Amino acid sequence: MRLDKDKILSILLVMPSILAVMIFVYGFILWSGRVSLSQWKGLLPNYEWAGLQNYINLFNDPRFHIDVRNTFIFTVLFVFGSLILGLMLAVMLDQGLRGESFFRTVFLFPMAISYIVTGVVWRWLMNPAQGERMSGFNILFERLGLDFLINQWHTTPGWGIAFIAVPAIWQMSGYVMALYLGGLRSIPEPLREAARVDGATELKIYFHVILPLLRPITLSAMIILGHISLKVFDLIVAIAGKQVALDVPAVYMWQTTFDGYFFNRGASIGILLLLSVAVLVIPYLRYSLRSEAEL
Amino acid sequence: MSKKNWYALLAILLIGAMALTACGGQEPATEVAPEGGKSEVEVFSWWTGGGEAAGLEAMIAIFNEKYPDIEFINATVAGGAGTNARAVLATRLQAGDAPDSWQGHAGQELIGTYVAADQIEPLNFLYEENGWLEVMPATLIPLISQNDNIYSVPVNIHRANVLWYNPKILDENGIAVPTTMDEWFAAMDALKAAGVETPLAMGEQWTAMHLLETVLLGSMDPAAYNGLWDGSTAWDGPEVKAAIENFERILTYTNSDATSLSWQDASQLVVEGDAAFNVMGDWAEGYFRELGKAPNADYGWAPVPGTGGTFQFLSDSFVMAKNAPHRDACIAWLTVAGSKEGQDAFNPVKGSIPARSDGDRNLYGEYLQSAMDDWASDVVVGSLTHGVVANDSWKTEIDTALGLYLGSGDIAAFQSALAAACATSGPCK
Amino acid sequence: MNRSRSRYYWLYIPLSLMALFYLVPLYVMLVTGFKGFEEVSLQTMWSLPKTGIHFDNFTEAGTKLAPYFWNSLKMVIPAAIISSIVGSLNGYVLSKWKFKGADIIFPLILFGMFIPYQSILIPLVEFMRRINLYGTIPGLVLTHVIYGIPITTLTFRNYYATVPTELVEAARIDGAGLMGIYRYVLLPISIPSFVVVIIWQFTSAWNDYLFAVALTDPQHWPITVGLNNMAGSQIIAWNVQMAGSFLAALPTLLVYLFLGRYFLRGLMAGALKG
Repeated sequence: MRLDKDKILSILLVMPSILAVMIFVYGFILWSGRVSLSQWKGLLPNYEWAGLQNYINLFNDPRFHIDVRNTFIFTVLFVFGSLILGLMLAVMLDQGLRGESFFRTVFLFPMAISYIVTGVVWRWLMNPAQGERMSGFNILFERLGLDFLINQWHTTPGWGIAFIAVPAIWQMSGYVMALYLGGLRSIPEPLREAARVDGATELKIYFHVILPLLRPITLSAMIILGHISLKVFDLIVAIAGKQVALDVPAVYMWQTTFDGYFFNRGASIGILLLLSVAVLVIPYLRYSLRSEAEL
Repeated sequence: MSKKNWYALLAILLIGAMALTACGGQEPATEVAPEGGKSEVEVFSWWTGGGEAAGLEAMIAIFNEKYPDIEFINATVAGGAGTNARAVLATRLQAGDAPDSWQGHAGQELIGTYVAADQIEPLNFLYEENGWLEVMPATLIPLISQNDNIYSVPVNIHRANVLWYNPKILDENGIAVPTTMDEWFAAMDALKAAGVETPLAMGEQWTAMHLLETVLLGSMDPAAYNGLWDGSTAWDGPEVKAAIENFERILTYTNSDATSLSWQDASQLVVEGDAAFNVMGDWAEGYFRELGKAPNADYGWAPVPGTGGTFQFLSDSFVMAKNAPHRDACIAWLTVAGSKEGQDAFNPVKGSIPARSDGDRNLYGEYLQSAMDDWASDVVVGSLTHGVVANDSWKTEIDTALGLYLGSGDIAAFQSALAAACATSGPCK
Repeated sequence: MNRSRSRYYWLYIPLSLMALFYLVPLYVMLVTGFKGFEEVSLQTMWSLPKTGIHFDNFTEAGTKLAPYFWNSLKMVIPAAIISSIVGSLNGYVLSKWKFKGADIIFPLILFGMFIPYQSILIPLVEFMRRINLYGTIPGLVLTHVIYGIPITTLTFRNYYATVPTELVEAARIDGAGLMGIYRYVLLPISIPSFVVVIIWQFTSAWNDYLFAVALTDPQHWPITVGLNNMAGSQIIAWNVQMAGSFLAALPTLLVYLFLGRYFLRGLMAGALKG
């Protein structure tokens, strides 16, 4: 009797959240899906059926091709850049140096600030002007005698998007560091001692003992970073404005929906974004829930 | 950290939250309180900073003086020449929560979007009551009307086809201000040969579209240019081809870092002596003055080569929502916005000329006076980038085509994309 | 931690270089914020202010931003607190009271974290208007709480999953019910997770622009909208803008500065391990 009452209560406790998610996530996704199959262009809704035409148009849209390529380049650089940098920082901080908490705070603080705030600064820092008007990092490089580092940043033809990963890594690598540092600290010291006794060097211990243990953290960090990079929007707009060379799906979606009133096309881009996120996330969710069940 | 400290921390956070939610909870009570029978009018715009906001404030001051019983609610959203604002407005209109009045570029931006969706009311009665038809240029009225219905009250006029130049650089190199495309090319070749790194300054993508529209106008006569927007000039025809070829050549004189510069950065290159020319609307003049530069000494102006005698305009205007929540107050606001007093309060501060031709010349600076003369005598055509000639859907399609071209340099593909844009979102069949 | 002090003193070199890189944007922001209007130019962005320190930029920006600042606080603090309570209860039920279908519900909730928010703006505005919360701070709070459900639920669920089930069973045998177990067994040990979730939600709600600009009316705009509006659409005084940017970032910066260690400890306690 007691247990049953608790069971009902437990369901009641999560019910509001479930309902909210059903409406605000799945309801709205359904709505987007419906719009993506409609002819809605212009300010007011028009749900006339268009079939898959909007999707077909996107697959033939040269701008969307650029978006896909840009997203791919950005995602690879951003995810791996953040992981490698975050891991390096975590390993360095794991050595028990004095001042660790100072460094930790410095590396973590970019997470606290939005691109509404730092976007302009990054735009200045990555100014590509040469010659007399040189500024930002370029002029710093010149003064430090590091001329070979001077480059065109995000205006590099064809590869500009790669440089947008720099501020993105700046923002998220501290978070990755925190995750890894947490992981490193939870590895029992006897394990390292045992390896040391076996004559392994510190480097070998990291590669053969510790890194494999950190694999679950790497995986979840990849998922979090990966979905951030698919949705990247503020950062690009703040640094580059709306230009096709640095276009990504989220920017195209915004521009085509709210500047051009192509609600049908915007919704199609949204659905395609969601599908690509799903491809990334669902196997991960299955994997982690299954491995949990095995425990 | 000990468990005790964790508790202390949590307690502090919770108390803080309670205190703030408590304040938050009380606040609506004061807001809901009736305002002594005061009416209100909500006006939505993207004028949040600089001369525009100051100009709006000046106009609001006049409004408050004339209508002390009406509270003016100034709803502004900044960013990207109104793109954020328009997104917010779109969601509000779809949700049926229209402000009484909002800002829009006069012309197809309003007509193609809000008239097509039946969101705004014709204002002919206001024009008749206030005699505005007599004081506003006859060429302007058709551009802000559809089927003889006038849908907005323009408060200012800007000119898009202005070539800004640095007089010192031109003098030093013995170059006269160009009036035709060929003279312009010759001038920029000569400057390049003389070691001027950037003959023409350009900024981010929308400034390239701004340049494109002036080159289109400079490469064909005004009638053909107007024909582009009603379907009578073919986008895949020879005029557009010639214009695109001119555009392609012009781009070779621009700075390599264009995509990273705002329009301000690009215009500044001219007055700082880093570039000889810049094509930008005449709001740039307000910026030059803010930088402490003097007209004719630090910067000069001329129509973009090939566009002499033509005034490519854009205008900020205000509309009235259909079923506006406060219709009478909204009419009061629009009456002020269209009045001589209102326009002469707004424009000198904003750095534009009044849409009315009876503005007080003494209030305006040297450049603006010359623009007032041209506005009265030139052939008037509309701007693409700033919403006059093409609806928003069409404009974003052109923007995409332009962006792809800037990346690929493929002019044939560019022209066919322009033709396709006209077919899907413009009047072309 | 009884690890011996490190011998790797050379690590200070890469660490300091990296720290410099992380601090560069903050330096540029502050230095520009202290400059006079005519002094601001791209070429001199690295140099210190020459015409004296212009504190007035900060007062000017502060006066302009003050009302938005309070709006933000009134929105962010309830959002963070409510989110953490909701997340904690969800996490508790979904880890210790698994009802039938709980293992399907959880990933479904989690997936909500991944939707691109721009694409659901229109139905969101429409829905808020229907429930009469459009334009208000409570509406924005609700939005942040709801779109925070996935991450907060995940955090608490994973944390509670590490609590031995025997503990819960023992309490149940002692006669504690659903709420009793929560109150006496789980709540006392969940503070690290609460800190993580509160900081996380505080930061993301504070920094949000998209929901804020779409869902609130001018009287209730939070600071990100106020800051963005300060820039105007034409001529921008970068020195005041940078001063304002710094002020707008200050609360989250302070939170990380003073509570960052607890956030890290919470993370290290396994709170965000997925």
